[in-house]
Amino acid sequence: MFAFILSRLFQAVPVLLVVGAIAFTMFAYVGDPVTIMLGQDYTMAQREMLVHQLGLDQPFFVQYLNYLWAALHGNFGVSYRLARPVGALILERLPATIELSMTAAFLAVAVGVPLGVYTGIKRNSLGSRLIMIFSLIGVSLPTFLIGILLILFFAVLLGWLPSFGRGDVIRMAHWSTGFLTLSGLRSLILPAITLGLFQMTLIMRLVRAEMMEVLRSDYIKFARARGLTDRAINFGHALKNTLVPVITIIGLNIGGLIAFSIVTETVFQWPGMGLLLVQSIGVADIPVMSAYLQLIALLFVGINLVVDLLYYAVDPRLRLGKR
Amino acid sequence: MALLEVEDLRVEFPTRRGLLRALDGVSFQIEAGEILGVVGESGAGKSLTGAAIIGLLEPPGRIGAGQVRLNGERIDNLSPERMRRIRGKQIGAIFQDPLTTLNPLYSIGRQLTETMQTHMKLSDRDARERAIKWLEDVGIPAARERIEAYPHEFSGGMRQRVVIALALCAEPRLVIADEPTTALDVSIQAQIIALLKRITREHGTAVMLVTHDMGVIAETADHVAVMYAGRIAEIGPVRDVVRSPSHPYSEGLMGSIPSLVHRVDRLRQIDGAMPRLNAIPQGCAFNPRCPKVFDRCRQERPGLLPAGATRAACWLAEAGNG
Repeated sequence: MFAFILSRLFQAVPVLLVVGAIAFTMFAYVGDPVTIMLGQDYTMAQREMLVHQLGLDQPFFVQYLNYLWAALHGNFGVSYRLARPVGALILERLPATIELSMTAAFLAVAVGVPLGVYTGIKRNSLGSRLIMIFSLIGVSLPTFLIGILLILFFAVLLGWLPSFGRGDVIRMAHWSTGFLTLSGLRSLILPAITLGLFQMTLIMRLVRAEMMEVLRSDYIKFARARGLTDRAINFGHALKNTLVPVITIIGLNIGGLIAFSIVTETVFQWPGMGLLLVQSIGVADIPVMSAYLQLIALLFVGINLVVDLLYYAVDPRLRLGKR
Repeated sequence: MALLEVEDLRVEFPTRRGLLRALDGVSFQIEAGEILGVVGESGAGKSLTGAAIIGLLEPPGRIGAGQVRLNGERIDNLSPERMRRIRGKQIGAIFQDPLTTLNPLYSIGRQLTETMQTHMKLSDRDARERAIKWLEDVGIPAARERIEAYPHEFSGGMRQRVVIALALCAEPRLVIADEPTTALDVSIQAQIIALLKRITREHGTAVMLVTHDMGVIAETADHVAVMYAGRIAEIGPVRDVVRSPSHPYSEGLMGSIPSLVHRVDRLRQIDGAMPRLNAIPQGCAFNPRCPKVFDRCRQERPGLLPAGATRAACWLAEAGNG
């Protein structure tokens, strides 16, 4: 078990190094930070001084190693646009994005899995058919459109929920949470639905397909022949056997939710990392972009590790050499 | 009163081109503790008969007519929930391929205790002790240590032993064994059949043994039913059916068994193939392949008629009696 985790962590190192190299290349060669920082009027002496200050006159590899070293210490440089350390900027925005994407992921799993089980068992019922049609909408409508439609109905026409922002937040050490205030929770509803809807329908359709496959298997027939209850068969024997592919997809999607909440955050002006990234791309704020890239890579590596550990917990056939 | 009585059972599948009768007029009985062998070619309806009895026909298949009675009470028209309580508790089932019939994600102990606790009031601890006892009974070595093991940690033969324990652990009166040795290595087959025979005798369990292996039937069964194209061709005590079959089809089947005693240069075979369900000929379904066919066989369908010690669905039997 421990060796397994260690080997996975070891495998993650090259991935992170490569992503670091890409982030650094972007950092070093896309655009000219010196020109941007100096503005319109400058002398050559000023320019050279700045180049030296930033360490841009050093050889490529030295720069790369310095960059990695700094990144390891949470130092990702200074935002061109906001003139503040990128690490602090991202840390400030991180809670908003994490809270939004976790809520969306929770919604997607908590609604998607039961619906998938239901439509997998009662394949031909009216309810299943309606849910399947509805899920087509979820899969095919683009996120921004869903967000705008939700705003139109629930914020503009009905006036029930706020259309933008995060509401009141409570600060706790480095974390700011919207979970503890009423306006924070109300603000969370629409963006979370927008972000989670696609994932929910995807999970539902996947669980449904897997359920239908598993329910045809011999061990389910044998379970029925032993007179086990429908509940034990459907939610125990069958559902557990659908979990490995479902965990894979959920894992990848949670990474995706955090990384690509950009559209939702833009539509709802949600003060998270996605919005920060969009604003940074607009003005070619390279340090923010490259830090974001690395953070997302780290996130995916972490999630994949968790997914692997979950496989391990679910499927005894993967626990090689344990006995 | 017999333990299981099947009377005039018909199973049909509605299709776009009308109803297909997969089983028609199937009648037989199994006494308590008796082993009934059911033989026939693939598609003769052997497994379907078993599935119909335990109420697990795959939709759209359904029982179109006839009755199934267990201890004199009809079980073919019960609600799904009442039928569920009968499965496992009254009628157990053993399937063909032990590699796929065990849930790979649960330990064998958990599968055993779950089955027993579904049908009997047992504490976790008692259920576990019983599970260990069952594993010992079916010949799993070091059962106490291996109870937490998962199916993939066992060989095919061992898994079939676990399947047998699972089918019998709630102490059913009847077990339907659907080709229990077909997927196994030849060297293991005899062991599994011997185990099945011993353990059902010890518990007084009746067996409906579905197979296409006449050798297994001859060694194991008390009675045998020969099935052809969804009907019973001949049924009777196993000695009589094997030694002096009355139906030309059973005769053909017996002729195709290799003998260890007599040297035979070439095994006899029955020419042709079983008709498809949508193209069963008029009269006796076997008539196109029958070496003794005559006019009446092409016109009228024979019912089961007494023929010596057995009963055969053949006009020759009537002629023999008359």
